[in-house]
Formats: sequence, structure tokens, C-alpha cells
Amino acid sequence: MNDNLSPYILTLVTFMPLAGGLLLVLLPRRDRDIRIFSLVVSLLTFVLSLHLPVHFHRAQAGFQFEVNNQWITSPNIHYHMGIDGISLWLVVLTTFLTPLCVLISWKSVHDRVKEFFILLLILETALIGVFTSLDLFLFYFFWEATLIPMALLIGVFGHERKVYAAVKFFMYTMIASVFMLAAILWLYAQTGSFDFVLIRDQIIQGKVANFPAAAQWLFLGFFLAFAVKVPLFPFHTWLPDAHVEAPTAGSVLLAGVLLKMGTYGMLRFNLGLFPEQSRHNAPWIMILALIGIIYGALVALVQPNMKKLIAYSSVSHLGFVVLGIFSFTQLGLDGAVFVMLAHGISTGGLFMLAGILHERRHTYEIGEYGGLASPMPVYAATYLVIVLASVGLPLLNGFVGEFLVLSGAFQKRAVYGVLAATGVIWSAGYLLWMYQRVFYGKVTHEVNNSLDDMGGFERAAVWPCAVAALVMGIAPILWLGAIDPGVQAALAAPAHLAAKVVGQ
Amino acid sequence: MTLPLAQFIPQGADYVRILPELVLSVFGIVIMLLDPLVDEEKSQKTLGLIGLAGAVAGLLATWYMAQSPGLAFSDMVRVNRFSVFFHALVIAIAAVIILSSFEYMAVQRIRAGEYYALILFSVVGMGLMSSAVELVLIFIALEISSISTYILAGFRRNEAASSESSLKYFLLGSFATAFFLYGVAMMFGATGSTNVETISRTLQGGSVPFLVYVGTALMLVGLGFKVAAAPLHVWTPDVYEGAPAPVVGFMSTAPKAVAFAVLLRIVFTVNEPGRFWLIWVAAALSMTLGNLGALVQTNVKRLLAYSSIAHAGYLLVAFAMTTSENSANGISAAMFYTAAYAAMNVGAFAVISHFANAGEKYVTLEDYEGLGRSSPLLAATLTVFLLSLIGIPMTGGFFAKFYVFSAALRANLVWLTLIGVVNSAIGAYYYLRIIVVMYMREARREVPVTPIPLGLGLALAISLVATIYLGILPNRVLDYAQQSALEVLPQRTTSSPASAPPPTALNQGP
Repeated sequence: MNDNLSPYILTLVTFMPLAGGLLLVLLPRRDRDIRIFSLVVSLLTFVLSLHLPVHFHRAQAGFQFEVNNQWITSPNIHYHMGIDGISLWLVVLTTFLTPLCVLISWKSVHDRVKEFFILLLILETALIGVFTSLDLFLFYFFWEATLIPMALLIGVFGHERKVYAAVKFFMYTMIASVFMLAAILWLYAQTGSFDFVLIRDQIIQGKVANFPAAAQWLFLGFFLAFAVKVPLFPFHTWLPDAHVEAPTAGSVLLAGVLLKMGTYGMLRFNLGLFPEQSRHNAPWIMILALIGIIYGALVALVQPNMKKLIAYSSVSHLGFVVLGIFSFTQLGLDGAVFVMLAHGISTGGLFMLAGILHERRHTYEIGEYGGLASPMPVYAATYLVIVLASVGLPLLNGFVGEFLVLSGAFQKRAVYGVLAATGVIWSAGYLLWMYQRVFYGKVTHEVNNSLDDMGGFERAAVWPCAVAALVMGIAPILWLGAIDPGVQAALAAPAHLAAKVVGQ
Repeated sequence: MTLPLAQFIPQGADYVRILPELVLSVFGIVIMLLDPLVDEEKSQKTLGLIGLAGAVAGLLATWYMAQSPGLAFSDMVRVNRFSVFFHALVIAIAAVIILSSFEYMAVQRIRAGEYYALILFSVVGMGLMSSAVELVLIFIALEISSISTYILAGFRRNEAASSESSLKYFLLGSFATAFFLYGVAMMFGATGSTNVETISRTLQGGSVPFLVYVGTALMLVGLGFKVAAAPLHVWTPDVYEGAPAPVVGFMSTAPKAVAFAVLLRIVFTVNEPGRFWLIWVAAALSMTLGNLGALVQTNVKRLLAYSSIAHAGYLLVAFAMTTSENSANGISAAMFYTAAYAAMNVGAFAVISHFANAGEKYVTLEDYEGLGRSSPLLAATLTVFLLSLIGIPMTGGFFAKFYVFSAALRANLVWLTLIGVVNSAIGAYYYLRIIVVMYMREARREVPVTPIPLGLGLALAISLVATIYLGILPNRVLDYAQQSALEVLPQRTTSSPASAPPPTALNQGP
């Protein structure tokens, strides 16, 4: 097997964008060259990252493509990377969305172009690093490293209230993540290691001193950091602000990947390190998730601002993910991971589409549009595909994940399933209603008659999302085949619990 | 008891063990002598270069000194990794400060060669502080370094704020050192010795007289003032605001670093009982008051003054260890912190002193608006330092905080750690404000940005490289700090009798 690349592939994929970003610093300020260079770097990263699913052993549980080198001897920090079926697709999602972000920003970013693409590439490295790290320290390192480029993207390249949104985003996530840092440090103090696998094994074998007394607090420390990132109700208030003010590419990565850092963290670290506490706390977390699903949907329903509407729909969709994770059923977890990916594609697409309108009219107000189907037919058709994917129409990607999560929730408790199912109905409501108001009927504002349809770069940015949504909807098994063993490992609970929960 | 006189006559090796101090003094004196002889207009740069050469020679001397560790001058000075670490640190700080002062002195039209001499003299005092194991010598060294810094603070002679700064620093500083001296006297009264190592052995041996507690508290007051720890921090904002920007960069790092070094010796070598809650409270208060104070500042120098109070608080967390195993972690964490803090803070003040322009006109947050556009390089450099001060990964500031909190958690100081991490999150806000105004706001008025001259550029580059180096490869510095930590802790086995043999016999080879 031609697999010589495997020991280095994760390092390559992770740091390729950073290397590109650093090279970009040296490049002269010729905007066109900078754009082309960024596109090449991000596409190259995407192609490289395809090595992962191609050579991934699907049936095999545990981590693959592992690298584990000592980085710092004291404290005992390792450069430990590896992926399983869960993180595999999140890495690919990140590398898939970044070139699209470059394309969608091609014309919309004209000021400080160099800085913009440098930040974008640095952000990509940090995001990939979050998903590939298996050392808690390394994970925290990348986790915090995502903050700066994202905050700068919002604060420098955003819209009117950008500074407020950037600072709010930064402070919210920063304050929450220091609790995770405290928890990580506690674990290190007791185990002398930051290695996720090692600590997990020690915890399961009951070898960690004082663990039972501290476990609940540690669980909460991790959970708080992740819950703010997801964002789980009631920690979601930063999200609409950040989204509305962020530039399009920022929104795409924020919704598409950054939020998944939270749910991924829950799946990997809360479930992995604190299986018992996760099960103890599942009831209230599931209730918060349900509130998030319904509340997010209801607020989305009444939003006059298109981007805010999509932002609240994210709160609702991410509620599904959390619900699926804490249902502790195979179906629910499979679904949760799938929703993460599907949401990344479809919401990423929606934000790009919203950005395209903003580009032309400089407003996100739904009331400013109407009847756009006639001046912009291609745009309208693309929009429809993405909206339907987000709504959860069968044969598109949104359906598969939500269906699995709902089945999981039903298995857990029927009433959870019923309540969550209303979320699906609501989402059809707010998205289709928005679609109707924007595209159907007569053109209500004279200016809208002369709007240009999608340009070449815009098509190149959005259509891959539509295609991916379709493929994921038709052949979800391509993804689920790898997700399933990963989820099983995450579900593998301490023996005495395992019998009770997984046995259904 | 009678001792043979020969024991008090210094040997060659004794001089080697204070070689950096000797070298620096010589260079300082040369500057003072040349100052009246050379042309006033042109002399500045020449004298500055001599100062720089002195600092480089001092570094070489430190390296040479490091080859012969041991006691010197009748057990008053001990050269080991610990003292070498702080020697190298403060001399390096001085070198970078001198580099960043060239432009500042020219722009502010300050003509005074003694500026560079004073920096060197102050470093002499600091070097001695870090290697002295005799409380009286520590006091004298503290005075040497302090008096120089008092004068340096007042170097913007035409500005009332600078004179105020100098006078305030002088009056309060003398008051604080008096406390320290009083504490030393109490210690002597209680244990019959002023030698740190002897006191340590005495205290290990038997019961602890009440006077020791009083002495400890008084010495902590004196040193707490020097490191600007709450509740002895009130002087800091005013003094930092008035003093020349490069001097602030100097006095917020070097004297603090060695004051922490002395504190490490006194806290851990002497290992006094009853200090735990004093330090706990001082740490918690410093972090909280420093950060809260900084939140509302609009003057960048004042803002960083409050930030330095907060950082003193984080550093003090590392002092709240009681068992010897945890203490080793605490000491190395504190040492690493002083180095990381020096790198980022000196760098930040180098940017500020360049940007301040004549008369330090531009030092408010408003002036920094749009700097990201008018001078991307300067803004990016300052951003790195600020991110390091926040404690973002890949910068020295991150590992510094990380080691401190990690050591604290190992010692089960859960609450202090929580106060610390919450504080560092709050602290992020005000550093972020500077970044926000630089990048996210447009300039409302014209602020001239002059090109970066060579000296300053070099200073910035050194600070930048140090900050990032400590953030990515902290291993070497930390290893060194950990080895030094063992030397600071009291030796359990009484290896040397009270009347020590000639110093060379006591080598603790590396």
C-alpha cells in the first residue's frame, strides 16, 4: 500500500495553511497575486486532506495517522496528533470550506487584502489543529489560537458594529475557556500527562487520585467552554452579533467549523474523559438542547435580518447535535456527527448566499428584497437547493442527520423526540418563509430589478456546497461508515454503565 | 570566637564571582568620565554605545562567572545557576533598553550621558541582589539599584510629571526599603544571623521565635513594594505615567525580576513559616486590583502599569507553595515568568517610547487609533506583545501563566488558580482594547509615525524573538530554571558547618 505519507500527513495538512500565511507576509501587496496564492494554498491543503479519507481504515476503531513526539519535557507535553472517524470529516470539512471562503471573498474584500488572507489561513491551521490534537495541551493551544484570527476578521473586516461584536465574541469564549484550562491543569497535576488517550485510560481504570470528588467540576469546566462555543442556550447571545457583523468568509468558518469545535469537544472530551458525569448530567443538558432547538427556531422566525435568521437557525441546529450527543444512543451520536457536517455545508452555503446579496445591496434586511427570482434566476435556484438542504428535505444532507438524531432521542425518551421534531417543522417554516419573501412575488424595490446574477467566483464558491449537500444526502453511508466506529468508541463506557446504556 | 584573618582576604575566585558587577561598574565609570569631555551634541550616541558595549561585556562576564560557581566574600555572595539566570536576564534587559533609548533620548532632546551610566549602575545593584545570600548585602544592593532608578524616573527634566514620578518613587521607595531593613534587623534578632543559608538552617533546626514572623512580614512589605504587589501598589500608575517610556520598560522588568529573585531566596531558602496567607492574599489582591484598575485606563502607560500589578499577582501565585516538592515547581515557574514578562513588557514599552514622540505627546488609547494602517509593522509587533501579555498560546506569556497555574494546582491551590484564570480572562479585555483601536478604528487625528531606526528595530526584534521563542520552545529556559530551583531550596543535609571552609571547596559544579 502506498502509504508513505501517513506519518506526516496530519502535520502537513495542519500546518500547510500556516506556512502559506507566513509566506504571504513576505509577498508584496499585489491584491490579485495574494488572492491567487491563498486559493492555491487552500486548495492544496484540501487535496492533501483527501489523503485522510482515502487511506482511512473505516472498520478500525481508535486513532489513525498518529504522530506522537515529545515537544516539551517539562511539563510533559507531546505533539500528539491523530484522527478517528469523527475528527476525520471535520478536518475535511474545514479544508473544504476554506477555499470556498477565499473564492467568496475574491471581490468582496478590497481593503487590507493581504491581512485578510493571512488571517484566514492562520485560522484554518488553528481549526484543523483543534480537530487533530490528542494532547490536551496541544488542543488548548489550537483552541485559543482560533480566537485571535477570528476576532480580527470580525473586528477589522466586519460591518457597522464590528468592534462590539468582536470584543463580545472574544471575551465570551475566552472567559469560558479558562475554566477548561483550569480543568486541564488539574488533570495534569494528578496524572502527570496531557495525553488524551493516557488520561482517559487512567480515569477508566480509576487510577487518578481524588478523581471522584473533582469529576463533576472538571466535567463542568470542559462543558462550559464547549457550551459557549456551540453555543448552547443560554450562552448563545454572542453568536447573532458575531455573525451579523462578520464578513462573509468569517461567518462561513464561524458557523461552518468554529461552532463544531464545541460539539466536537463535548463528544471527544466530555464523553471520553467523564463518561459517568456525562450520563449524570445528560438530562439537563438535553433539556437545554431542546430549549435551544425550539427557542432558536422561534427567534429565527421573527428575524427581519437574513443573517440573524441564519444565525439563530444555527442555534437551533446545533441544539440537535447536543441532543444527539447526550442521548447516548448509537443513532443519536451518528446523527449528531452527521448534522455537524451537514450544517457546516448548508449553513456555510447560506451565509455565502446572504453575503452575495449584501455585496449588491449592502443590507441584510429581508424587507429590502422581494421577487428576486426574476432578476437573479441562477442565484434563486442555488439558494433553493441550499435552503432545502438546511430544512432537511430527504435526499439532501440535512435530512439524514436530523432523522438519526430524532430516532436517537425517541429511543431515549419519546417526549424528547416529539419536541425536537417540532424544531424540524419550525425550520421549514422560517427558512421557506424567508425564501418566499425574498424571491417570490413581484419585485418590490426598483433597485432590485437591475441586480446582477451570480458571478463566476460566486458560483465556484457556492455550487460545491450544493453538490456536497446532494451527495451527502444520497450516499450518507460514505460518511457514516467512518463515523460509526468512532462513535462506538466514544460511547464505550465504563463496564458497569455500558450494559445499561448501549444495550438499549 | 576568633577567626583567622586570612579567611576575610578575598581570593581571585571571589572577584570572578562578582565579575559582571565589576565590568559594569567600570563601563559606568568610563561613561561618567567621558561625559564632560566629549562634545555634547554628538556625545549621546557614543556614550550609549559604550553603555551597550558594557552590557555585552557584562553578559560575557556572566558567562565566565557561571564557570566557577560557589561562595565568595566570606559567604556573602553565592554564584549558582539561580544567580546566573538573573544576571543574564537583567543585563539583557539593560542592553535592549539601551538600544531602544538612542532614539528616545534624541527625540526628547535629553542630553545626559549619565543616563546610560545609571542604567549600568542600577544593573550592578541588581546583579548583586540576585547573588547575595547575606541580608545586609541584599539591602545594600537593593539601594544601589533603587537609587539609580529613582534618578532615571525623573529624566524628563522639563516635565512636572516626570519629577513627580521620581520624587514619589524615591520617597515611597525609601520608606519601603526601611521596612525591609527593619525586617532584616528582626531576623537577626531572632536567629543571630543575617546569612540566608544560616537562618534557614537555624529555623529548620528548632522552634520558631515570634520575631521571625514579624521579620518575615516586614521584609515582605519592603519587597512587595518593589514588585508592586497589592496592597503596596498604589505608587505604580503615577510613577510609570511620569517616567520616560524606556525607563518604565526597564523598571517594570529588571528591578522587579531581581526583587522576585530576592523574594524567592527569602521565601524558599529561609522557608519561613507563616508566610502562606500573606502571599495568598497579596497574590489574589494584586491580580484583581491590577486588572480592575487597568480596565478603565485611557493612558497606555498607566494601563500597562496596572497590568504590571496584575502580573506581579500571577507571579506571586508561584510563591504560595509550602512543601519542598511543590516549591521547586513554584520557583521555576516564577523564574520563567520573570523572563517571559521581561521579553514582552520591554518590547511593548519600546513600541510605546517610539510612538510617544517629542514630549511623550501620544500615549493615550485615542492616539493609537488606526496605527494598524499607518504603520502595520509597528502595530503587528505591539500586537504580539499584547497577545503575550494576555497569555495567548505561542507566546511566552502563555507558558509563563501556564507554569504558574500548573504549579499552583499541583500544590492544590484550587481557589487561587481559579481567581488567577478568571483574572487573566478579564485582563484580556483591556489589552484587546489596544488591539481594537489599532486595527478596528480609523484615526481621527493626525499622529505622525516616524520610521523605525536601527537601534529600536534591533530592540524590538530581540524582544519579539524572545517572546515567541519562549512561547514555542520554552524547554531550555525552563530546564535551567528547574535546575536552579533545586539550588534555592534549603539543603536538607547540613553539608557545610557554620564556619565555612574557603569558598572554592564549596563548588556546586554544573
